[in-house]
Amino acid sequence: MDALVSINWVLLAASLMVAATPILLAATGELVVERAGVLNLGVEGMMILGAISGFAVGVRTGAPILGFAAAALAGAALSLLFGLLTQILLSNQVATGLALTLFGLGLSALLGQGYVGIKTPVLADWNVPVLSDIPVIGPVLFRHDPILYLSLLLVAGVWAFLRHTRAGLILRAVGESHDAAHALGYRVVAIRLAAIAFGGALAGMGGAYISLVRVPQWTEGMTAGAGWIALAIVVFASWKPWRVLLGAYLFGGIAVLQLNLQAAGLKVPVEILSMSPYLVTILVLVIISSDRSRAALSAPAALGRTFHASS
Amino acid sequence: MKRRTLLATGAGAAAAAALGLPARAQDKLKVGFVYVGPIGDGGWTYQHDQGRLAVLEAYGDRVETVYQESVPEGADAERVLTQMALGGAGLIFTTSFGYMDATINVASKFPNVKFEHATGYKRAENVATYDARFYEGRAVIGTIAGRMTKSNKIGYIASFPIPEVIQGINSYFLHARKVNPAVELTVVWAYTWFDPAKEADAAKAMLEQGVDVIAQHTDSTAPLAEMAKTPGVIGFGQASDMSAFKPTPRVASIIDNWAPYYVKRVGAVLDGTWTSTHTWGGMKDGEVVIGEITEAVPEEVRAEAQAMIEAITAGSYHPFTGPINKQDGSVFLAEGEVATDEQLMSMNFFVEGIKGDIPS
Repeated sequence: MDALVSINWVLLAASLMVAATPILLAATGELVVERAGVLNLGVEGMMILGAISGFAVGVRTGAPILGFAAAALAGAALSLLFGLLTQILLSNQVATGLALTLFGLGLSALLGQGYVGIKTPVLADWNVPVLSDIPVIGPVLFRHDPILYLSLLLVAGVWAFLRHTRAGLILRAVGESHDAAHALGYRVVAIRLAAIAFGGALAGMGGAYISLVRVPQWTEGMTAGAGWIALAIVVFASWKPWRVLLGAYLFGGIAVLQLNLQAAGLKVPVEILSMSPYLVTILVLVIISSDRSRAALSAPAALGRTFHASS
Repeated sequence: MKRRTLLATGAGAAAAAALGLPARAQDKLKVGFVYVGPIGDGGWTYQHDQGRLAVLEAYGDRVETVYQESVPEGADAERVLTQMALGGAGLIFTTSFGYMDATINVASKFPNVKFEHATGYKRAENVATYDARFYEGRAVIGTIAGRMTKSNKIGYIASFPIPEVIQGINSYFLHARKVNPAVELTVVWAYTWFDPAKEADAAKAMLEQGVDVIAQHTDSTAPLAEMAKTPGVIGFGQASDMSAFKPTPRVASIIDNWAPYYVKRVGAVLDGTWTSTHTWGGMKDGEVVIGEITEAVPEEVRAEAQAMIEAITAGSYHPFTGPINKQDGSVFLAEGEVATDEQLMSMNFFVEGIKGDIPS
């Protein structure tokens, strides 16, 4: 197994984290949206719009951080369009979400006309003092850009919010039974709109991470299905934040590993390596859902259902 | 329009097409283009679209063009082609290898519409094929790669295991080995023509293995953007010049110039002289062009590359000239023997010295 020895596992682990960050951000946002009982299938559209907005602002201002802020705003704005349609005009969430993806792809292609082939300012890595000098652990964990750290903080923050705060409890209540929450006097629509905007902002940042850090450049359709993977990961994680982290890193890790195995010359059929991330996702979904009562319990009961105060 | 009327219209159009009647009386020639990626890919599809624009410029009011971007290779392609043919297109260019069977299938239903399929090998009465000798360009950048690598490890981001890609890998490796016998080649199969994130990851995986010169057979500029993060690593523009990454990491490029061919073929349809042919143009025909070699490449290497460009253009040098052995050590070409086009178009093996297998 010379090939396995020749892979630099430290660099691999570091690039795994970078590869997983876009889907981690988007999936964390979508988790909050779904816990509030809303199924937004427009993640891909919000990501790609975030990718071009972040890229455009990053290039214009020379400050990638401003690009991320713009991407979050753009993602949130697009998601609020979804919110307006589904929460106030009571349109079907699945159809509206799919339309949002198509709209986002088209709009981003239009906005991106003048940005093809341009280089972006690089977001500097933020080496944590002292800690980054620890062998092995240092390069893997403590030599990344600020957004990657932020994505990890967001996972912890969402977990703490949902589990330990009153607001988180209310959000979950809205997702479990909007009628009960409404009867208790909570403003279901307002809470859901806030969750949708949060999810949109994170999806936008995830997209900007692709265009500003991971690739870094703008090409049409560059998210290439990352939004759909993020949606799958939320189910894979059975709507639990830490499992979203696990799922995103597992997926990102296998995607990076398969290319490294090829580069290292390991004799495994390429087709199997290429489909391995998807195979693992399916496998884990099967294992998780094998206990049917538990899988059904973890999904928010009101997920995807339309709420109207009179009903 | 009522549903019944719609169906009747559709059936009528299909019947008209089946009978070989023109779908619509027309004075202009409508030319369709089917693209595998977005025009904004900055590579392969962008160059085909430049060809489309050249057609518009050359014939003005006599033609109109339609195109569809990001058409998946497979069943969707048939649907798109059928729509274009029903929509009155008289000539349709399908610009990716994976459209081959779809093109043949649809062409058999529309005998009066002419089709041109890029990089394929299946032809029919109304289906012509065309391709460019990209391997000529690979020979030039292979030479630069062999001279420029410091780690003696060069890489190639491959797309799909088809002859066109294998020719490129072999030509790149042969010419790198020729100037640097210590060179080792790493090939990564991305199994995509266009997926910026995956292409960047493939480049990154090779960089982590110590590869310092990377060529790509995928269409986006993402690998170059990835290489730009590591000083001292170089790569090449693919399909398009990718000049935003000059002077380094992009030190040279292989440009596909489809404009002369498209203008010629549209002209042939307009004056009624179109026939089903196979055209395989190269540097000589101006279809394969090497973009500016930047100052990051030392003067003597630039001169060497330039000399090879001139020799290939003049026809005095063929990149596949023996002695060349196959990977298993058996003889492919004897001393002085030149590969025939048939041999190249069915190439399904690596040459001697490349490690790893071609996925089957």
